[in-house]
Amino acid sequence: MPGIVTFAEHRDGKLRRPSLEAVSEARRLASSLRGPVTAVLVGPGVEGLAAELAAHGADKVHVFDDPALGAYATEPYARALAQVVTEAKPSAVLVPATAMGKDLAPRAAARLGAGLVSDCVSFAVKDGRLEARRPMYAGKAYATVRWEGDPQMATLRPNVFPLEKADASRKAEVAKGQVDTSARAKVTAVHAAAAGKVELTEAQIIVSGGRGLKGPENFHLIQGLADALGAAVGASRAVVDAGWVDHQFQVGQTGKTVSPTLYVACGISGAIQHLAGMSSSKTIVAINKDPDAPIFKVANYGLVGDVFEILPKLTEAAKAYFAAKH
Amino acid sequence: MKIVVCVKQVPDTETRIRIADGKVAESDVNWIVSPYDEFALEEALKIKEAKGGEVVLLSLGPERVVSALRSGLAMGADSAIHLKDPKFDEADTLGTAHALAAAVKTLSPDLVLTGQQGVGGDNSQIPGMLAEILDWPQVTVAVKVEVQDGKAVVEREIEGARETWETTLPAVISAQKGLNEPRYASLKGIMAAKKKLIETKDAAAMAIPAEALAPKTRIAAMELPPSRGAVKMIEGDPETQSRELLRLLHEEAKVI
Repeated sequence: MPGIVTFAEHRDGKLRRPSLEAVSEARRLASSLRGPVTAVLVGPGVEGLAAELAAHGADKVHVFDDPALGAYATEPYARALAQVVTEAKPSAVLVPATAMGKDLAPRAAARLGAGLVSDCVSFAVKDGRLEARRPMYAGKAYATVRWEGDPQMATLRPNVFPLEKADASRKAEVAKGQVDTSARAKVTAVHAAAAGKVELTEAQIIVSGGRGLKGPENFHLIQGLADALGAAVGASRAVVDAGWVDHQFQVGQTGKTVSPTLYVACGISGAIQHLAGMSSSKTIVAINKDPDAPIFKVANYGLVGDVFEILPKLTEAAKAYFAAKH
Repeated sequence: MKIVVCVKQVPDTETRIRIADGKVAESDVNWIVSPYDEFALEEALKIKEAKGGEVVLLSLGPERVVSALRSGLAMGADSAIHLKDPKFDEADTLGTAHALAAAVKTLSPDLVLTGQQGVGGDNSQIPGMLAEILDWPQVTVAVKVEVQDGKAVVEREIEGARETWETTLPAVISAQKGLNEPRYASLKGIMAAKKKLIETKDAAAMAIPAEALAPKTRIAAMELPPSRGAVKMIEGDPETQSRELLRLLHEEAKVI
């Protein structure tokens, strides 16, 4: 039987946006791949989330409701996903390329003997088969990939696939499943970052700082502009390697690859490995004192000048702009 | 404690990618050990220094991969296995994981460490696939690893949080940037590496069936990213530039 299975991730009682992106894309693909869209939901007391998955395109929601599945663990979650895929025999399996999805999908794929294509940014259906487009070399090249056999399994880059408009009248059939919950690797503690912090890979706006800021004591200028824009903070490899900020903020080939709607690069010259990680952003703003800096080659808007003069003015203007808007 | 470190040879991250005949042109590529695999190797060496044991490198690829193994040996690994066979040429991630798993089985280590992704391919698939094929637990994207009696305590990063995991051993653990600072090979290490053994094994030697190597995914085409068009430079004093930028972001780009 054809159809598409998606994995739905949730946190703190809410579906995470990349899960809705995956189910939305499955809905769109289902018009040519045919068959139902089945979402897999794992965790205790999560059945209530099925309605939102249905509203975004799921025809069926397969729920594994078990107190032992409260914290994510690779082995039972992979078993659950593989079990649904084995039963439903879908032509495609879509998993969000989140931290959880990237940990889960390869294990499930190996269990199923399925081909897996990571971090896809678009799909096409040709002769009834899926074709995926994905960045390689952190975005220095794009590959078109096809599968041999079913299921065609993929992870989807967050922030790229649009959401289907929620339709509350859409209902999904809810099925319940059980799975062996044993795990040899388990979460024993979670240390959450400060509340309100926007995750880089899922941020709509990112403000990044580089060596042009001259020292860690000036990085507050980046934070200030980010706060004014409601943005996440990023950094170049140079300043991460210099120890100004933690590596989790690094954008580029050995850091995070991001695709926000707006990327503001401040005092970043644009080394090739940095450009690789951010050049798929929708709009790029570069602020740099060197008019010949490579960053201007990928930017939509360029401001040549001193970041120490521009950033405070831009932060002030952004605050005024948003104050006037609301 | 016996630790296997899987390393991949990849193009230097500063390499400008060129495409010829729908593939990345290899002629002007400077090959390095994938940076994440260096974090894995550094961690293995630190565990060995603290607890004793041995560190075995494992890499799959053509002849050029020998130089990646030599540089790992120069950092301090004890020996290396090179999985080389024309039958591996077409293998995708799953096939590669099957070949690595077959080699790991012959070594029976207590731990497999590898990078959380190979730079370039950017798949992040091998650690999880390898663990599943071996039927071992996995902890991926590790930023801290502590090995205790028969188990490992690992910290990993997720969106907006850091998790502590505990796993039984043997296990597959994948390394993320931030785990450690890889050492440079010393001159002594480089000299010693020349004398260390690199064993070459093919598919037959490890009894890998052809179906395990049959690719399930194929790259049909490669292209450079679409060009982004010309930059619009915004002139004036910082205040004028700032106001004009916000206006353009709102009215023209429609992103705020």
